[in-house]
Amino acid sequence: MNNFIKKNKIVGRTVLVMIIFGVFFSTILQFVYNETNPIILKSEAEAKERLLLQVVSKKIYNNDLINSYIEIPPNQRLKNKAVIKGYVAKKENKVTAVILETRAPNGYSGEIKILVGIDAEGNILGTRVIKHQETPGLGDYIDINKGEWINIFTASSLKNTSQLEWAVKKDQGKFDYMSGATITARAVIVAINEALIYFKENKLEMGIDV
Amino acid sequence: MFKEAVIDGLWKQNPGTIQLLGLCPTLAITTSVVNGLSLGIATMFVMMIANSSISPIRRFVPDEVRVPIFILVIAALVTVVDLSIHAFAEPLYKALGIFIPLIVTNCIVLARVESFASKNPTLPSFYDGLFMGLGLCFVLIILGGMREFLGQGTLFSGFDLVFGEALSGVSINFFDEYSGFLLAILPPGAFLGLALLIALVNWIDQKE
Repeated sequence: MNNFIKKNKIVGRTVLVMIIFGVFFSTILQFVYNETNPIILKSEAEAKERLLLQVVSKKIYNNDLINSYIEIPPNQRLKNKAVIKGYVAKKENKVTAVILETRAPNGYSGEIKILVGIDAEGNILGTRVIKHQETPGLGDYIDINKGEWINIFTASSLKNTSQLEWAVKKDQGKFDYMSGATITARAVIVAINEALIYFKENKLEMGIDV
Repeated sequence: MFKEAVIDGLWKQNPGTIQLLGLCPTLAITTSVVNGLSLGIATMFVMMIANSSISPIRRFVPDEVRVPIFILVIAALVTVVDLSIHAFAEPLYKALGIFIPLIVTNCIVLARVESFASKNPTLPSFYDGLFMGLGLCFVLIILGGMREFLGQGTLFSGFDLVFGEALSGVSINFFDEYSGFLLAILPPGAFLGLALLIALVNWIDQKE
Protein backbone atom coordinates (compact mmCIF):
# COMPACT_ATOMS: atom_id res chain seq x y z
CA MET A 1 0.00 0.00 0.00
CA ASN A 2 2.77 2.35 0.98
CA ASN A 3 4.57 1.48 -2.20
CA PHE A 4 1.47 2.24 -4.24
CA ILE A 5 1.13 5.72 -2.77
CA LYS A 6 4.83 6.37 -3.21
CA LYS A 7 4.70 5.39 -6.88
CA ASN A 8 1.66 7.53 -7.55
CA LYS A 9 3.25 10.44 -5.80
CA ILE A 10 6.13 10.36 -8.29
CA VAL A 11 3.75 10.09 -11.23
CA GLY A 12 1.57 12.89 -9.89
CA ARG A 13 4.53 15.16 -9.28
CA THR A 14 5.96 14.52 -12.75
CA VAL A 15 2.64 15.20 -14.44
CA LEU A 16 2.19 18.36 -12.42
CA VAL A 17 5.66 19.67 -13.29
CA MET A 18 5.13 18.94 -16.97
CA ILE A 19 1.76 20.69 -16.96
CA ILE A 20 3.23 23.75 -15.26
CA PHE A 21 6.08 23.94 -17.77
CA GLY A 22 3.70 23.40 -20.67
CA VAL A 23 1.29 26.11 -19.59
CA PHE A 24 4.07 28.55 -18.75
CA PHE A 25 5.85 28.26 -22.09
CA SER A 26 2.60 28.20 -24.10
CA THR A 27 1.74 31.53 -22.51
CA ILE A 28 5.13 32.97 -23.43
CA LEU A 29 4.79 31.71 -27.00
CA GLN A 30 1.28 33.12 -27.28
CA PHE A 31 2.56 36.49 -26.13
CA VAL A 32 5.53 36.54 -28.52
CA TYR A 33 3.34 35.37 -31.39
CA ASN A 34 0.82 38.15 -30.78
CA GLU A 35 3.59 40.72 -30.63
CA THR A 36 5.46 39.61 -33.75
CA ASN A 37 2.66 38.47 -36.04
CA PRO A 38 1.53 41.92 -37.28
CA ILE A 39 5.15 42.86 -38.03
CA ILE A 40 5.72 39.60 -39.87
CA LEU A 41 2.56 40.01 -41.96
CA LYS A 42 3.52 43.56 -42.81
CA SER A 43 7.04 42.68 -43.88
CA GLU A 44 5.73 39.76 -45.92
CA ALA A 45 3.37 42.06 -47.79
CA GLU A 46 6.24 44.49 -48.40
CA ALA A 47 8.46 41.69 -49.63
CA LYS A 48 5.69 40.60 -51.98
CA GLU A 49 5.35 44.09 -53.38
CA ARG A 50 9.13 44.39 -53.81
CA LEU A 51 9.00 41.16 -55.76
CA LEU A 52 6.18 42.41 -57.98
CA LEU A 53 8.09 45.64 -58.52
CA GLN A 54 10.93 43.66 -60.07
CA VAL A 55 8.75 42.66 -63.01
CA VAL A 56 6.70 45.84 -63.48
CA SER A 57 7.97 49.33 -62.87
CA LYS A 58 6.29 51.61 -60.42
CA LYS A 59 5.69 54.18 -63.15
CA ILE A 60 3.05 52.20 -64.99
CA TYR A 61 0.54 51.80 -62.20
CA ASN A 62 -1.02 53.80 -59.40
CA ASN A 63 -3.41 51.30 -57.86
CA ASP A 64 -2.98 49.20 -54.74
CA LEU A 65 -1.25 46.37 -56.57
CA ILE A 66 -1.18 43.89 -53.69
CA ASN A 67 -4.96 44.02 -53.33
CA SER A 68 -5.80 44.14 -56.99
CA TYR A 69 -5.83 40.59 -58.26
CA ILE A 70 -7.84 38.00 -60.08
CA GLU A 71 -8.04 34.42 -58.90
CA ILE A 72 -6.62 31.95 -61.34
CA PRO A 73 -7.96 28.39 -61.07
CA PRO A 74 -5.59 25.45 -61.68
CA ASN A 75 -4.84 25.14 -65.38
CA GLN A 76 -2.49 23.45 -67.80
CA ARG A 77 -0.81 26.65 -68.98
CA LEU A 78 0.44 28.04 -65.68
CA LYS A 79 0.63 24.55 -64.13
CA ASN A 80 -0.73 25.74 -60.80
CA LYS A 81 -2.26 23.09 -58.60
CA ALA A 82 -4.23 25.46 -56.41
CA VAL A 83 -5.94 28.79 -57.01
CA ILE A 84 -3.27 31.50 -57.33
CA LYS A 85 -3.41 35.25 -57.57
CA GLY A 86 -2.73 37.13 -60.79
CA TYR A 87 -1.98 40.76 -59.99
CA VAL A 88 -3.49 43.47 -62.16
CA ALA A 89 -1.68 46.80 -62.41
CA LYS A 90 -3.88 49.75 -63.35
CA LYS A 91 -3.26 53.38 -64.16
CA GLU A 92 -6.28 55.72 -64.08
CA ASN A 93 -8.45 52.58 -63.90
CA LYS A 94 -7.06 51.25 -67.15
CA VAL A 95 -5.22 47.92 -66.99
CA THR A 96 -1.58 48.50 -67.85
CA ALA A 97 -0.05 45.18 -66.91
CA VAL A 98 -0.70 41.83 -65.31
CA ILE A 99 1.67 39.74 -63.28
CA LEU A 100 1.33 36.00 -63.59
CA GLU A 101 3.06 33.27 -61.68
CA THR A 102 4.00 30.36 -63.88
CA ARG A 103 5.67 27.07 -63.14
CA ALA A 104 8.20 24.96 -64.95
CA PRO A 105 7.66 21.45 -63.60
CA ASN A 106 10.59 20.08 -65.59
CA GLY A 107 13.59 21.89 -64.18
CA TYR A 108 16.77 19.91 -63.64
CA SER A 109 15.85 19.39 -60.01
CA GLY A 110 12.23 20.07 -59.36
CA GLU A 111 9.83 22.84 -60.06
CA ILE A 112 10.86 26.37 -60.99
CA LYS A 113 8.47 29.20 -60.14
CA ILE A 114 8.63 32.27 -62.34
CA LEU A 115 6.94 35.64 -62.09
CA VAL A 116 6.11 37.21 -65.46
CA GLY A 117 4.98 40.80 -65.93
CA ILE A 118 3.05 41.34 -69.18
CA ASP A 119 1.76 44.66 -70.50
CA ALA A 120 -1.68 45.12 -72.04
CA GLU A 121 -0.33 44.47 -75.55
CA GLY A 122 1.20 41.17 -74.53
CA ASN A 123 4.84 42.23 -74.32
CA ILE A 124 6.96 40.96 -71.46
CA LEU A 125 7.88 43.72 -69.03
CA GLY A 126 10.02 41.60 -66.79
CA THR A 127 10.64 38.08 -65.54
CA ARG A 128 12.01 36.75 -62.28
CA VAL A 129 12.62 33.27 -60.97
CA ILE A 130 11.14 33.28 -57.49
CA LYS A 131 11.82 29.70 -56.47
CA HIS A 132 14.10 27.01 -57.80
CA GLN A 133 16.40 24.23 -56.67
CA GLU A 134 18.76 24.14 -59.63
CA THR A 135 22.35 23.08 -59.04
CA PRO A 136 24.42 25.89 -57.51
CA GLY A 137 27.02 27.02 -60.01
CA LEU A 138 25.34 25.32 -62.96
CA GLY A 139 21.61 25.84 -63.35
CA ASP A 140 21.21 28.67 -60.90
CA TYR A 141 22.14 31.37 -63.42
CA ILE A 142 18.38 31.78 -63.91
CA ASP A 143 18.34 33.49 -60.51
CA ILE A 144 18.80 37.26 -60.73
CA ASN A 145 21.23 37.09 -57.81
CA LYS A 146 23.53 34.90 -59.91
CA GLY A 147 23.25 36.51 -63.32
CA GLU A 148 21.40 38.71 -65.75
CA TRP A 149 20.17 35.87 -67.93
CA ILE A 150 16.54 36.05 -66.82
CA ASN A 151 16.30 39.56 -68.32
CA ILE A 152 16.66 38.31 -71.92
CA PHE A 153 12.90 37.82 -72.10
CA THR A 154 12.09 41.49 -71.62
CA ALA A 155 10.16 42.93 -74.61
CA SER A 156 9.54 39.53 -76.16
CA SER A 157 5.97 38.68 -77.06
CA LEU A 158 4.03 36.08 -78.99
CA LYS A 159 3.88 38.54 -81.90
CA ASN A 160 7.58 39.27 -82.25
CA THR A 161 8.71 35.75 -81.41
CA SER A 162 7.15 32.83 -83.25
CA GLN A 163 6.22 29.67 -81.42
CA LEU A 164 9.27 27.87 -82.85
CA GLU A 165 11.57 30.62 -81.63
CA TRP A 166 10.50 30.06 -78.03
CA ALA A 167 13.44 27.72 -77.48
CA VAL A 168 17.14 27.81 -76.75
CA LYS A 169 19.50 28.59 -79.62
CA LYS A 170 20.66 24.99 -79.66
CA ASP A 171 17.10 24.01 -80.64
CA GLN A 172 16.94 26.74 -83.34
CA GLY A 173 15.24 29.10 -80.92
CA LYS A 174 15.97 32.71 -80.11
CA PHE A 175 17.21 32.53 -76.54
CA ASP A 176 20.71 32.18 -75.14
CA TYR A 177 21.54 29.60 -72.49
CA MET A 178 24.54 28.46 -70.49
CA SER A 179 26.06 25.27 -71.80
CA GLY A 180 25.92 22.51 -69.24
CA ALA A 181 22.52 23.58 -68.00
CA THR A 182 20.32 23.54 -71.07
CA ILE A 183 17.52 21.65 -69.35
CA THR A 184 17.02 24.51 -66.92
CA ALA A 185 16.85 27.13 -69.67
CA ARG A 186 14.47 25.00 -71.77
CA ALA A 187 12.11 24.59 -68.83
CA VAL A 188 12.10 28.32 -68.06
CA ILE A 189 11.52 29.31 -71.69
CA VAL A 190 8.56 26.93 -72.05
CA ALA A 191 7.02 28.17 -68.81
CA ILE A 192 7.29 31.83 -69.86
CA ASN A 193 5.88 31.03 -73.28
CA GLU A 194 2.93 29.27 -71.64
CA ALA A 195 2.32 32.29 -69.44
CA LEU A 196 2.05 34.49 -72.54
CA ILE A 197 -0.36 32.03 -74.14
CA TYR A 198 -2.44 31.99 -70.95
CA PHE A 199 -2.49 35.77 -71.02
CA LYS A 200 -3.67 35.78 -74.63
CA GLU A 201 -6.43 33.27 -73.94
CA ASN A 202 -7.67 34.96 -70.76
CA LYS A 203 -7.03 38.65 -71.17
CA LEU A 204 -10.73 39.50 -71.28
CA GLU A 205 -11.09 38.25 -67.72
CA MET A 206 -8.21 40.46 -66.68
CA GLY A 207 -10.04 43.51 -67.98
CA ILE A 208 -8.16 43.96 -71.25
CA ASP A 209 -10.40 44.30 -74.26
CA VAL A 210 -8.12 44.56 -77.25
CA MET B 1 35.45 28.94 -14.17
CA PHE B 2 35.37 31.62 -16.86
CA LYS B 3 38.74 30.61 -18.26
CA GLU B 4 37.78 26.95 -18.32
CA ALA B 5 34.61 27.71 -20.22
CA VAL B 6 36.60 29.70 -22.77
CA ILE B 7 39.23 27.01 -23.32
CA ASP B 8 36.71 24.17 -23.37
CA GLY B 9 34.27 25.90 -25.67
CA LEU B 10 36.74 27.29 -28.15
CA TRP B 11 39.28 24.48 -28.28
CA LYS B 12 39.42 21.51 -25.93
CA GLN B 13 35.73 20.56 -26.19
CA ASN B 14 34.86 22.46 -29.36
CA PRO B 15 31.38 21.30 -30.47
CA GLY B 16 32.29 21.36 -34.16
CA THR B 17 35.69 19.68 -34.21
CA ILE B 18 35.96 17.66 -30.98
CA GLN B 19 32.49 16.78 -29.73
CA LEU B 20 31.15 16.53 -33.28
CA LEU B 21 27.66 17.29 -32.12
CA GLY B 22 25.12 19.18 -34.16
CA LEU B 23 26.67 18.28 -37.48
CA CYS B 24 23.47 18.56 -39.51
CA PRO B 25 23.37 22.36 -39.68
CA THR B 26 27.17 22.55 -39.60
CA LEU B 27 27.33 20.64 -42.83
CA ALA B 28 24.20 21.92 -44.50
CA ILE B 29 24.39 25.66 -44.04
CA THR B 30 28.09 26.41 -44.38
CA THR B 31 28.12 27.25 -48.07
CA SER B 32 29.33 30.77 -47.34
CA VAL B 33 30.82 32.81 -44.50
CA VAL B 34 27.66 34.82 -44.04
CA ASN B 35 25.46 31.72 -43.73
CA GLY B 36 27.83 30.11 -41.24
CA LEU B 37 28.10 33.27 -39.19
CA SER B 38 24.33 33.84 -39.12
CA LEU B 39 23.47 30.32 -38.02
CA GLY B 40 26.40 30.38 -35.60
CA ILE B 41 25.08 33.49 -33.91
CA ALA B 42 21.52 32.13 -33.75
CA THR B 43 22.71 28.82 -32.27
CA MET B 44 25.00 30.56 -29.82
CA PHE B 45 22.14 32.74 -28.67
CA VAL B 46 19.86 29.75 -28.16
CA MET B 47 22.55 27.84 -26.25
CA MET B 48 23.17 30.82 -24.02
CA ILE B 49 19.55 31.33 -23.02
CA ALA B 50 18.79 27.59 -22.91
CA ASN B 51 21.67 26.95 -20.51
CA SER B 52 20.98 29.93 -18.32
CA SER B 53 17.24 29.35 -18.11
CA ILE B 54 17.46 25.65 -17.36
CA SER B 55 20.18 25.93 -14.72
CA PRO B 56 18.03 27.92 -12.21
CA ILE B 57 15.10 25.51 -12.52
CA ARG B 58 17.20 22.33 -12.45
CA ARG B 59 16.07 21.47 -8.88
CA PHE B 60 12.39 21.49 -9.84
CA VAL B 61 12.79 19.15 -12.76
CA PRO B 62 12.14 15.51 -11.83
CA ASP B 63 14.93 13.29 -13.06
CA GLU B 64 12.56 10.91 -14.88
CA VAL B 65 11.19 13.52 -17.25
CA ARG B 66 14.12 15.90 -17.51
CA VAL B 67 14.74 15.32 -21.22
CA PRO B 68 11.15 16.07 -22.35
CA ILE B 69 11.18 19.19 -20.19
CA PHE B 70 14.54 20.33 -21.55
CA ILE B 71 13.26 19.81 -25.08
CA LEU B 72 10.11 21.75 -24.22
CA VAL B 73 12.15 24.68 -22.93
CA ILE B 74 14.56 24.61 -25.87
CA ALA B 75 11.72 24.35 -28.40
CA ALA B 76 9.91 27.28 -26.82
CA LEU B 77 13.07 29.40 -26.80
CA VAL B 78 13.88 28.54 -30.41
CA THR B 79 10.34 29.42 -31.47
CA VAL B 80 10.72 32.78 -29.75
CA VAL B 81 14.03 33.35 -31.54
CA ASP B 82 12.49 32.21 -34.83
CA LEU B 83 9.53 34.59 -34.54
CA SER B 84 11.75 37.48 -33.45
CA ILE B 85 14.20 37.01 -36.31
CA HIS B 86 11.30 36.78 -38.75
CA ALA B 87 9.80 40.00 -37.40
CA PHE B 88 12.89 42.11 -36.82
CA ALA B 89 15.56 40.72 -39.14
CA GLU B 90 13.78 39.50 -42.22
CA PRO B 91 16.85 39.18 -44.48
CA LEU B 92 18.51 36.98 -41.88
CA TYR B 93 15.35 34.89 -41.70
CA LYS B 94 15.43 34.47 -45.45
CA ALA B 95 19.06 33.38 -45.43
CA LEU B 96 18.61 30.79 -42.67
CA GLY B 97 15.06 29.67 -43.42
CA ILE B 98 14.30 26.20 -42.13
CA PHE B 99 17.56 26.00 -40.18
CA ILE B 100 16.36 28.24 -37.35
CA PRO B 101 13.53 25.91 -36.22
CA LEU B 102 15.96 23.04 -36.71
CA ILE B 103 18.19 24.42 -33.94
CA VAL B 104 15.77 22.58 -31.63
CA THR B 105 17.01 19.28 -32.95
CA ASN B 106 20.64 20.33 -32.85
CA CYS B 107 22.02 17.86 -30.33
CA ILE B 108 24.71 20.25 -29.11
CA VAL B 109 22.04 22.39 -27.43
CA LEU B 110 20.48 19.48 -25.57
CA ALA B 111 23.90 18.00 -24.87
CA ARG B 112 25.12 21.11 -23.07
CA VAL B 113 21.87 21.48 -21.15
CA GLU B 114 21.92 17.84 -20.09
CA SER B 115 25.62 17.52 -19.31
CA PHE B 116 26.32 20.98 -17.94
CA ALA B 117 23.41 23.27 -17.13
CA SER B 118 21.42 20.60 -15.30
CA LYS B 119 24.33 20.08 -12.88
CA ASN B 120 25.84 23.55 -12.48
CA PRO B 121 24.85 26.99 -11.17
CA THR B 122 23.50 29.64 -13.49
CA LEU B 123 26.55 31.79 -14.19
CA PRO B 124 28.90 28.94 -15.21
CA SER B 125 26.08 27.52 -17.33
CA PHE B 126 25.71 30.84 -19.06
CA TYR B 127 29.45 30.92 -19.81
CA ASP B 128 29.31 27.35 -21.01
CA GLY B 129 26.47 28.11 -23.43
CA LEU B 130 28.17 31.28 -24.63
CA PHE B 131 31.57 29.77 -25.34
CA MET B 132 30.37 26.42 -26.65
CA GLY B 133 28.18 28.43 -29.00
CA LEU B 134 31.06 30.71 -29.92
CA GLY B 135 33.27 27.69 -30.59
CA LEU B 136 30.64 26.25 -32.92
CA CYS B 137 30.21 29.65 -34.53
CA PHE B 138 33.95 29.83 -35.33
CA VAL B 139 33.88 26.40 -36.91
CA LEU B 140 30.86 27.39 -39.02
CA ILE B 141 32.61 30.57 -40.14
CA ILE B 142 35.87 28.83 -41.05
CA LEU B 143 34.10 25.99 -42.84
CA GLY B 144 31.87 28.51 -44.63
CA GLY B 145 34.95 30.49 -45.62
CA MET B 146 36.73 27.45 -47.02
CA ARG B 147 33.72 26.35 -49.03
CA GLU B 148 32.87 29.82 -50.28
CA PHE B 149 36.46 30.52 -51.36
CA LEU B 150 36.86 27.22 -53.19
CA GLY B 151 33.32 27.05 -54.52
CA GLN B 152 32.69 30.60 -55.66
CA GLY B 153 36.06 32.34 -55.42
CA THR B 154 34.64 34.95 -53.05
CA LEU B 155 34.66 35.69 -49.34
CA PHE B 156 32.09 37.56 -47.26
CA SER B 157 29.66 37.84 -50.17
CA GLY B 158 26.08 38.54 -49.18
CA PHE B 159 26.94 40.35 -45.94
CA ASP B 160 24.99 43.38 -47.10
CA LEU B 161 21.88 41.26 -47.69
CA VAL B 162 21.85 40.02 -44.12
CA PHE B 163 23.48 42.72 -42.03
CA GLY B 164 22.51 45.86 -43.92
CA GLU B 165 23.63 47.91 -46.90
CA ALA B 166 26.54 49.45 -44.98
CA LEU B 167 28.51 46.23 -45.36
CA SER B 168 28.23 45.95 -49.14
CA GLY B 169 31.94 46.75 -49.43
CA VAL B 170 33.26 43.79 -47.46
CA SER B 171 32.69 41.25 -50.20
CA ILE B 172 35.97 40.12 -51.76
CA ASN B 173 36.10 38.65 -55.22
CA PHE B 174 39.38 36.83 -55.74
CA PHE B 175 39.15 35.91 -59.39
CA ASP B 176 37.66 37.78 -62.30
CA GLU B 177 36.72 34.70 -64.23
CA TYR B 178 36.08 31.81 -61.89
CA SER B 179 33.77 29.06 -62.96
CA GLY B 180 33.51 27.69 -59.42
CA PHE B 181 34.54 24.44 -57.83
CA LEU B 182 31.16 22.84 -57.47
CA LEU B 183 32.22 20.07 -55.13
CA ALA B 184 32.99 22.56 -52.39
CA ILE B 185 29.48 24.00 -52.44
CA LEU B 186 27.67 20.67 -52.64
CA PRO B 187 27.20 18.47 -49.53
CA PRO B 188 30.36 16.34 -50.08
CA GLY B 189 32.39 19.53 -49.83
CA ALA B 190 31.03 20.03 -46.33
CA PHE B 191 32.18 16.58 -45.21
CA LEU B 192 35.60 16.99 -46.82
CA GLY B 193 36.02 20.48 -45.42
CA LEU B 194 35.07 19.42 -41.91
CA ALA B 195 37.38 16.41 -42.17
CA LEU B 196 40.29 18.67 -43.10
CA LEU B 197 39.44 20.99 -40.22
CA ILE B 198 39.31 18.13 -37.70
CA ALA B 199 42.58 16.75 -39.07
CA LEU B 200 44.20 20.15 -38.62
CA VAL B 201 42.95 20.45 -35.03
CA ASN B 202 44.18 16.94 -34.20
CA TRP B 203 47.55 17.68 -35.80
CA ILE B 204 47.98 20.80 -33.71
CA ASP B 205 46.91 18.92 -30.58
CA GLN B 206 49.39 16.12 -31.21
CA LYS B 207 52.29 18.44 -31.78
CA GLU B 208 51.94 19.89 -28.30
